[in-house]
Amino acid sequence: MFWTHTKRIIRSGYRSFVRSGFTSLSSILMMVITLFVITSLIFVKTTLTTALGNIKDKVDVTVYFIPDANEEVITDIKTGLEKLPEVKEVSYTSADEALESFRARHANDYLALQSLDELGDNPLGATLNVKAKDPSQYEGIASYLGNGDALSKGALTIIDKIDYHQNKVVIDRLTAIIAGAERLGFVISLVLVIISIIITFSTIRLIIYMSREEIGVMRLVGAGTRYIQGPFVVSGILVGISASIINLLLFIPISIWLGNKVTDFIGLNLFTYFKDNFFQLFIIMLGSGIILGGISSAFAIARYLKK
Amino acid sequence: MIYFNNVTKKYTDSMSLDNVTISISAGEFVAIVGHSGAGKTTLTKLILAEENPTEGTIFFESTDIHKLSSRDLTNFRRKVGVVFQDFRLLSNKTAYENIAFAMEATGKDDEEIREDIPHVLDLVDLSHRATHFPHQLSGGEKQRLAIARAIITQPELIIADEPTGNLDPVNAHEVINILKKINDLGTTVILTTHNRAIIDSLKKRVITLDNGKVIRDDKDGKYVI
Repeated sequence: MFWTHTKRIIRSGYRSFVRSGFTSLSSILMMVITLFVITSLIFVKTTLTTALGNIKDKVDVTVYFIPDANEEVITDIKTGLEKLPEVKEVSYTSADEALESFRARHANDYLALQSLDELGDNPLGATLNVKAKDPSQYEGIASYLGNGDALSKGALTIIDKIDYHQNKVVIDRLTAIIAGAERLGFVISLVLVIISIIITFSTIRLIIYMSREEIGVMRLVGAGTRYIQGPFVVSGILVGISASIINLLLFIPISIWLGNKVTDFIGLNLFTYFKDNFFQLFIIMLGSGIILGGISSAFAIARYLKK
Repeated sequence: MIYFNNVTKKYTDSMSLDNVTISISAGEFVAIVGHSGAGKTTLTKLILAEENPTEGTIFFESTDIHKLSSRDLTNFRRKVGVVFQDFRLLSNKTAYENIAFAMEATGKDDEEIREDIPHVLDLVDLSHRATHFPHQLSGGEKQRLAIARAIITQPELIIADEPTGNLDPVNAHEVINILKKINDLGTTVILTTHNRAIIDSLKKRVITLDNGKVIRDDKDGKYVI
């Protein structure tokens, strides 16, 4: 009997969804708007994360050593830095590599190269390039490098300069912008999602309100709560499924267009992202649609089933 | 079968039923008559537990209807078929599906549904309209469909609340004939109406309500107000 009952509920919900034509269409459109907002927020979040990631990646701290610094001591400092939990990566450039790189950079600058040749010795020192996991952690790394207790005495004397202090203002501002953008993004997302959910819920409530007399008739012919509620929930779920499919179809041309327009700017091709994550996005949309449609219907109808 | 014991129903600004005590036996055909606002519809709503009495009790056999739990109320309603003046059909279901809904709601199996519906459609002369939606039917057809839906589950009681109110005399006569046939087969029928011609031709028990009070209860009654 359970299966017969379930089959009847699904059939009745499906028929009601198909026959309600314009009403179903208006619910689908409202749900498409909600899912569109959710998908857009996923896109915005991905774009923001990628763009901020790229910017974060460009921030680093370089430790300049005096030209005749002992390489073993520099290696000790590098090992010490790598052990710090906030350090993501440390790369070593020897004095010779620094000179080679300088020459390559100034290959067309005859005057600079001539001055270098006249000096005879390599005037450049080795460097350590330090990348932190988060821009806010550079201060900690800089103070570690300036701390006589953490480093050996020899180490302190071979450090010529650390460019953190020169970059401090930029790094601090960037850290604040990143943190602010993330917070603002989260709040805006939350508000938009809540508004969309409320609109969808209200639309479904209105549709069920229009059916209140029919619900009363169903009760009077002896239909149980599950049997009355079931088809409405099934219709709501079908609205969610249809809306999630339409929404994903809409995002194909949108992501192609965005892919062509903003890839260079944000460093991410949104169409490639959409293609690579199609299955996950489809599951998220389908899940959101089904949950929104089903739960909204179940809640909206509950008040008419009290007696 | 049904017993109203000193039932009073008050709304905020009016008294709809005033200390009504009546009893209706199984198999009876009872017409409840009265002017608009006399309390006829309130009486049917109280039997269906759509409304609660302000005072008094209403029994269906030995059960106080208004003390039933939600589940028991659903089961009770399955024993009662209802026909309304405004038909109250399910608009997005065909004539066949409207009747099937009542059977499905009472847990009948698919085979029983397939076998019984053609018979009842034939009984109310709607076989040729089975796939039509309510908005495609005439008033008389809608009411015959409502009767088909009410009787398909073989209820013990049929409540027909002004079933002829929206019908022309020919269709009204047809609907009353169907109700009489159902009663002849043993189902109790409660009919509310203010149609004098119908009551006078019925020659059945007539309870007359006026301002919420029972003013007459005649075995072979006529419409006298």
